[in-house]
Amino acid sequence: MTINEVQDKIIDEFSLFDDWMDKYNLLIDLGKELPVIDPKYKVKDYLIEGCQSKVWLRPDYDGNIITFTADSDAIITRGIVALLIKVLSGRSPEEIISGDLYFIDKIGLRQNLSPTRSNGLLSMVRQIKLYAMAFNAKGKYDSIKK
Amino acid sequence: MKDIEDIRADFPILNRKVYDKSLVYFDNGATTQKPKAVIDALTDVYTTYNANIHRGVHFLSDVSSEAYEDARERVRLFINAGNREEVIFTSGTTGSINGVAFSFGERYIKKGDEIIISHLEHHANIVPWQMMCERKGAVLKVIPVDDSGDIIFEEYLRMLSSKTKLVSVTQVSNALGTVLPVNEIIAAAHSYNIPVLIDGAQGIQHGVVDVREMDCDFYVFSGHKVYGPTGIGCLYGKEKWLSDLPPFQGGGDMVDQVTFEKTTYNELPYKFEAGTTNYPGAIGLAVALEYVTSTGRIDIETREKELLSYATERLSHIRGLTIYGKSARKIPTISFLLDGIHQYDTGMILDKMGIAVRTGTHCAQPVMDRYGIDGTVRASLCFYNTMQEIDSLAAGIEKVISMFS
Repeated sequence: MTINEVQDKIIDEFSLFDDWMDKYNLLIDLGKELPVIDPKYKVKDYLIEGCQSKVWLRPDYDGNIITFTADSDAIITRGIVALLIKVLSGRSPEEIISGDLYFIDKIGLRQNLSPTRSNGLLSMVRQIKLYAMAFNAKGKYDSIKK
Repeated sequence: MKDIEDIRADFPILNRKVYDKSLVYFDNGATTQKPKAVIDALTDVYTTYNANIHRGVHFLSDVSSEAYEDARERVRLFINAGNREEVIFTSGTTGSINGVAFSFGERYIKKGDEIIISHLEHHANIVPWQMMCERKGAVLKVIPVDDSGDIIFEEYLRMLSSKTKLVSVTQVSNALGTVLPVNEIIAAAHSYNIPVLIDGAQGIQHGVVDVREMDCDFYVFSGHKVYGPTGIGCLYGKEKWLSDLPPFQGGGDMVDQVTFEKTTYNELPYKFEAGTTNYPGAIGLAVALEYVTSTGRIDIETREKELLSYATERLSHIRGLTIYGKSARKIPTISFLLDGIHQYDTGMILDKMGIAVRTGTHCAQPVMDRYGIDGTVRASLCFYNTMQEIDSLAAGIEKVISMFS
């Protein structure tokens, strides 16, 4: 599935619920599916700044695609990271960099999370894109060297 | 005591809904809501007599200047300062403390001198002193806190010495709600001739504040925490200190004569009020203080004690809920955590039920470190809150527990 297909599927899933409690319950359930980061990587280097709760995110690049694992000490945040990973993990750096994450607005994540919380969400997105850019640059550098 | 319904009717915002639910506002420690009288006073300034103070020869400037000076007099009365020269308008608690830390540091502090604060301070009463200590080579000492959230007084007494140049402590802990024994702290410091600054950010709105009875050397507070506008606050200082201290900001109105060779400063209180002050804020603050006085400060205190004891009782009965800060003397602030549930998750769900609480470290990270936690949920109540709202909080917490376990 493309980034947009995954996003559309998530939007559909969330649209089944009108009540915010139900949406949060869905987020909580999604958090349970999160590919969890190896505990040994739960260190400062993988901690994302700017979130009210702790979020660890680790990229793994095999030369083609980046796979992300993550965790958070807050359950709702874990659900949010799980969503981002669903959309962005297992993709090439270029795909991640150019991906337009419209699902965040569509499922009401941005409006319903207050600014400080929303900043946390934006920090996560920014961090994922930064990793993708770094791997992309490194890939180009390596191919020039060859 | 005014009827609770009448009190609530004075605060228009308390009537609103969030997410279609009645707002339960339990974030008064961060900022308080404003009575209509304060909102009207601000509108009145801008609709009928707005003009810069102490500047114009014209009618409006006179009216505005008079209202500003009248506000100063009403702040003086509210804290029972000796004279109006001792009441300086600032931007708030943070501005006041930074000002004193700068001026006091420049005037009196040398290498090796010591400043004492407590472990209960919010960042505004830590960082300015750290900056000053760094500048002057002085040392910051911290009064430790016991498990209930009270300062360990004997430790404080042991810290006082001829090296101590200033004690700066909060009147009430913002994170835990502990009321500190400020009278005793001041008396002990004074026996060594050490001046004391009291941070009244969380104290001014609960009970009666009398700076002369307390005998503090400086008292600072913010308008927005005592039902007044934001961006205005006060620095009270005994005249002997304020006369001796250099100004912390330069600009218009604080000067007597300016030439490029030398500037002489204006007299008190203007020496410390550089530039155009927030005169609408000051006027609004005076109206807020008048509102508090007419509601009755003793009545407010009594009501808040009832709220605290009901909330403590109600929340203590919830399984898996731990209250941080169990001092015998508290304002109605309850900091808590639920077993195995992150404070952020709790706050998010309570928010969706229309209950406004604060989560995190409350700008007081050292307090959290003391308990080995990285934050709490803080419900900070005040006199316009109700027992039913406490019931809603308790029900909300039960809902949170059921969702996350």
